[in-house]
Amino acid sequence: MRASLISLVFLLFSQTVWSAAKIEHWQTAQGSRVYYVQTEGLPMADIQVAFDAGSARDGAQLGIAALTSALLDTGAGDWNADEIAQRFESVGAVVGSGISDDMAWVSLRTLTDQKLFDKALETLQAILTRPAFNEADFQREKSRTLAALKQREESPAQIARIAFYKAIYGDHPYAHPSDGIIETVSGFNADDLREFYRKYYVAANAIVVIVGDLNRKQAEQTAERLVADLPAGQKPEPLPEVTMPLKATQRHTDFPSSQTHVLAGMPGTYRKDDDYFDLFVGNHILGGAVLVSRLFNEIREKRGLAYSASSSFMPMFRKGPFVMSLQTRNDQTQEALEVLNKTLQEFIEKGPTETELTAAQKNITGGFAMRFDTNKELVNYVAMIGFYELPLDYLDTFQQKVEQVTAASIRDAFKRRIDPQLLQTVTVGGNQAKSEK
Amino acid sequence: MKNRLLFAILLCLPVFASSAETKVSERVLGNGLKVLVKEDHRSPVVVSQVWYKVGSSYEPGGITGISHMLEHMMFKGTDKHPPGEFSRIIAENGGDENAFTGQDYTAYFQTMEKSRLEVSFELEADRMRNLNLLDEELKKELQVVTEERRMRTDDKPRAKMQEYFMAMAHTNSPYKNPVIGWPADIASYTVEDLQAWYQRWYAPNNATLVVVGDVEPKAVFKLAEKYFAPLKPSEIKPLKPRTEVEQIGVRRMTIKLPAKLPYIIMGYKVPSLKTAEQEWEAYALEVLAGVLDGGNSARLASELVRGKQIAVSAGAGYDLTSRLSDLFVLEATPAQGKTVEDLESALMEEVTKLQNELISKEELQRIKAQVLASDVYERDSMFYQAMQLGMTETVGLGWQKVDEYVDKVNQVTAEQVREVARKYLIKDRLNIAYLEPQPINENKVSPTTQGEHDAR
Repeated sequence: MRASLISLVFLLFSQTVWSAAKIEHWQTAQGSRVYYVQTEGLPMADIQVAFDAGSARDGAQLGIAALTSALLDTGAGDWNADEIAQRFESVGAVVGSGISDDMAWVSLRTLTDQKLFDKALETLQAILTRPAFNEADFQREKSRTLAALKQREESPAQIARIAFYKAIYGDHPYAHPSDGIIETVSGFNADDLREFYRKYYVAANAIVVIVGDLNRKQAEQTAERLVADLPAGQKPEPLPEVTMPLKATQRHTDFPSSQTHVLAGMPGTYRKDDDYFDLFVGNHILGGAVLVSRLFNEIREKRGLAYSASSSFMPMFRKGPFVMSLQTRNDQTQEALEVLNKTLQEFIEKGPTETELTAAQKNITGGFAMRFDTNKELVNYVAMIGFYELPLDYLDTFQQKVEQVTAASIRDAFKRRIDPQLLQTVTVGGNQAKSEK
Repeated sequence: MKNRLLFAILLCLPVFASSAETKVSERVLGNGLKVLVKEDHRSPVVVSQVWYKVGSSYEPGGITGISHMLEHMMFKGTDKHPPGEFSRIIAENGGDENAFTGQDYTAYFQTMEKSRLEVSFELEADRMRNLNLLDEELKKELQVVTEERRMRTDDKPRAKMQEYFMAMAHTNSPYKNPVIGWPADIASYTVEDLQAWYQRWYAPNNATLVVVGDVEPKAVFKLAEKYFAPLKPSEIKPLKPRTEVEQIGVRRMTIKLPAKLPYIIMGYKVPSLKTAEQEWEAYALEVLAGVLDGGNSARLASELVRGKQIAVSAGAGYDLTSRLSDLFVLEATPAQGKTVEDLESALMEEVTKLQNELISKEELQRIKAQVLASDVYERDSMFYQAMQLGMTETVGLGWQKVDEYVDKVNQVTAEQVREVARKYLIKDRLNIAYLEPQPINENKVSPTTQGEHDAR
């Protein structure tokens, strides 16, 4: 009895002490926001520079954000693509770039040994601030992108995803695939990319995230150096609000696959949403938790209808998708859809049981330390907090907010936010009547 | 004081200094269970993995994929813990869990807050010997695995091609069979098959327990003793060798599937660290893979994707840690207007270059720098560290190989790289598959209920 009390106290104590991943925040002279966490134990650092320059900024040029990002390390300053790659790789550094709907980022993982670090940083600075967008590199990367877009059509999963976003977002900038479409990408020229870069890759629109074995002074110098050569510029206008669909729709695309891919959902939650924790914990019970959620139980464990069956909220600057998904043998599609819809319906009407809620809260809070027990995960959390300007104590208050959620608040939030009358359902697959078994 | 000294060393040799810090503690329990513990105190977390020496390369014909099927059934309960309990308990304790099956291993893992390690041990020990295999559970799970196969392989042209390619390249090696199993075999498993497989391989003396995290080895050994020591060992009969016969000429195949882009895979029969006559050959092949595909400055990206612009993507792969000899693989997707035949000659040219010319000092330096750096980066992840220990131990190399890796790669010379290229990357050992895309039916979009899509 006494022993267990002590261990309980110790447990709480050790978690509280540890959970404070101390995020420090300041601005560079040029006005970029910096977020920094010092971690010790390994002589390495992870750096991310992120811009509000994701595919939602494509305008009519669908895919321009992605191609701009892909060109950055193909030529910059005095260096061509080979030289840039050699400079990073000769010091064991790993550079990456990419985009989401909201964000474009360049990331660097490097050792912190001064000589190695300096060479990696100097190269990163060049690709961020002096990309060349040479014609030859542009043509090559464009045709590589076009090949990838073509290959996308081999995949029923990707076709379904594209159709789903179109269904839930209509004309909103979130509606199109981030890599663009063949029709628009084939019309780009290098000047289009330069223009996109000039408009969005500016200091006022950038954040710098640093996680690793660097002290505060080193972090300040690093951030300053990285973005000093960017023009100050300005932040773009906020993205428009998402309008909800007016009624439920269901659409099917024929594809010669043995399974039908099913996606169903609607615009869900955004980063600063007051309902966020109710929706997050609720979804954990509905379809978010691995191996134990309701959807997993109903679709896979009880009926063997699919290998994966899950649901998720993807919070973005505006309402990101709420999506339930599964893949099943073509002729089982109707049955799977019925179970999916019934499970959702029931959850919305009755909410979770107290037992389910307690289990979910224990899972989330008990596993809290594992959400960012690597620098790699931590840098992504910090980038998310910085980019969306969430409170710096977001991670410290996370467990408390999860614990404050009640069965009633989940039910209330789902009732208000997830209306089955607006559900958008997309199926991609083969003939549903014929059994191939 | 000690820290300052360390810091000084770090400045010149960051990686060696830190790699000297890592230590693995080993203990073998009375029943033969090997327990490996590696301390990592960076966060209050522990990873626990149970590795069994069994996987698809252990399987005879007719029941291919049964190791993977059994992996699924391991979540279906014991007398003490009915179906679903295992996952419910782990979840309630904040744990992440799952399992994976490969050619040479089946492994189960939990990642937990460090104080919950006992929960994982209790459950893993229970299902190591007391699994209930029930007909009705198998029936459902068989459907799940069939869906998994459809998703992973049947509806993915390149994955399916890979499957046919392996089946062609290997004559009698069990690596010819897919880990998930052939469809007809999956459809015909019985409870008896699974029971026999479980009895034959699931025993403490055929398993390794790997724990990495914020723990003390002594405490972990004590806990392991408490839960695993009571389990009875089995007599594990040695595996038949099934050593691949010598390949005596190039093999080619064409795969026709609905797809949009052509694709080529080329594979040379090569030894692994386990099967190489001399160890350095495997490390030299590892470096050779780095020369071709160790980043954006490596030859395939620089020569084929950028220089000649003949490929939109190209890669090379070699698995040092397989239990049996396997393939050194090259693969590429042609650029617009180029063919898989163009790619074949271009890839062959790269191979010829490796046989005729020594790789440059810069290339060798670059690869060594990358290996040194990854050795640090990998320690960012407890899970990965546990994976390395479990895998090397399970394929029979011994976990000590993980610690040797950086040094051994460092010893590789340009001459050795040329030598393995000359010895192994030869036509008589070569297998080639071409993907010949077939038309995909025009996508027809049809609103199936509730009318057209005009809602907004």
